[in-house]
Amino acid sequence: MKYCKDFIVVGKEMIRSDLFILKLQYQEEVLPEIKPGQFVEILIKDKKDVLLRRPISIHDVSKENNQISLVIQIVGKGTEELSKIEMGNSLNLIFPLGNGFSLIGNKVLLIGGGVGAAPLLYLARCLKEKGTAFNTLIGSRDTIQLFNKDKFSDLGPLHIATENGSCGFKGLVTEHPIMEEDFDAVYCCGPTIMMQKVASIMEKRNIPCFVSLEHKMACGFGVCLCCVVDTDTGNKRTCINGPVFLSSELKNF
Amino acid sequence: MNINNSGLEVEIGKIKLKNPVLTASGTFGYGEEFEDFFPVENLGGIVVKATTKEKREGNPYPRMAETPSGMLNAVGLQNKGVDFFCKSIYKRIKDIKTNLIVNVSGSTIEEYVEVSQRINELENIVGIELNISCPNVKQGGMVFGTDPKMAKEVVKKVREVYKKTLIVKLSPNVTSIVEIAKSVEDSGADALSMINTLLGMAVDANRKKALLSTITGGLSGPAIKPVALRCLWQTYKQVSIPIIGMGGIISAQDAIEFILVGASAIEIGTANFINPMVSLEVVEGIKEYMDKNNIKNLSEIRGII
Repeated sequence: MKYCKDFIVVGKEMIRSDLFILKLQYQEEVLPEIKPGQFVEILIKDKKDVLLRRPISIHDVSKENNQISLVIQIVGKGTEELSKIEMGNSLNLIFPLGNGFSLIGNKVLLIGGGVGAAPLLYLARCLKEKGTAFNTLIGSRDTIQLFNKDKFSDLGPLHIATENGSCGFKGLVTEHPIMEEDFDAVYCCGPTIMMQKVASIMEKRNIPCFVSLEHKMACGFGVCLCCVVDTDTGNKRTCINGPVFLSSELKNF
Repeated sequence: MNINNSGLEVEIGKIKLKNPVLTASGTFGYGEEFEDFFPVENLGGIVVKATTKEKREGNPYPRMAETPSGMLNAVGLQNKGVDFFCKSIYKRIKDIKTNLIVNVSGSTIEEYVEVSQRINELENIVGIELNISCPNVKQGGMVFGTDPKMAKEVVKKVREVYKKTLIVKLSPNVTSIVEIAKSVEDSGADALSMINTLLGMAVDANRKKALLSTITGGLSGPAIKPVALRCLWQTYKQVSIPIIGMGGIISAQDAIEFILVGASAIEIGTANFINPMVSLEVVEGIKEYMDKNNIKNLSEIRGII
């Protein structure tokens, strides 16, 4: 079941000049079930050069407070407009969208790159609840890129790789020693090139690697057919067949 | 949900619509995708996704680019083919209690004819919308819709095999839409729908590349409404079959504008992506407009401009 409802902005935190976190309060009684890896489509109101909604992954869910949070990077006119939103304003969301991560295995690795780490926080929360052992590995260019580090480390072991070595391991996530360990599954979200590298390493070791894709889409719920990705069984829609795919089924992975 | 449809009823060929609001092909899936949002049987009808003879994968990604007040798409008629439609999709959707119309596409006259014939056998499909105006496939589509002779030929051949309501969807990418409309009417079409998307393109100056994999694509959304209104206004005066208007409708006000220039019914397209409840809101909004302006039946204002 998907919904089209208003939320109120109850928290806004600028992480850096082009990255911010919104905390949104659901206005109805109880939030519907949300799976980690699912996303929302946000309506940008009264902006003539921004016609379509913007798909944003769900960063965290607080069932107790009836809230969700989103990490938004300013990459264009739509996200720029969203960055101007103020506390108390309302936002119209279509949610929850997408398939989300399927939680398998007893010991798993979460790998996030840059802002792509966003959906992994809620994934970590769900894995902890389920009792699955997990490690989180986040890669970024530098310290400034990291967000909610404490929240990640509160949930489980956190490993950091920065390209300039300003925090944690110096190098790429693919070079981090935790990658050598054995896992039942890997969950990955970040730049395509990073996900491709991680996927190729894991595929060689026969470890299922789930990747979360980011594609341009017009609707987000399966009707526009704009967000297709080439798979072994033909074109699939990132919005409803994904955004999470097993890397082995993707043609360019 | 109870909607008072009095004064909204309209006939398109043999199809009786409880209200003049339909959803445009390729923007409403098969209707099922919207059932979470509102009861789709409240609509006058649903035009389901384009169906071709064989399965089509469509064009490569990227297929979409947002433009000021609009969007370009280059989906390229991705669909699972008429066989799959008849055997699987039809079974799923046939009991949706509104008029179900199938958008029929093809690359050759034979393909249009064969698909139309197959759809003709489906009891609960009340009509077809012959898509001779898709700008996103290399062969066929718009070729038929931009040449009056070709348009005549394909409509005539489909008319011979298709017994229910035949709607022909016209392209605005022509010098004279009226000329095409007339030849389509002469060939036995029951109704026209217009407009399909406008051929356009978008360029990324920084990357020095086109934004669509196909370079060009079809422009839709509010940006094209003035063109659509003009096409409809010109055509309404020259043909006697009903016209379904579309092109950038996002509100009841927009829908009324189309009716004022002659539309018997309207289709909502791109707006479904932005506000999934929009089609229902348009039905309610038309009703409010009528109450406010003391209009008992939409026929009172149809084509008065």
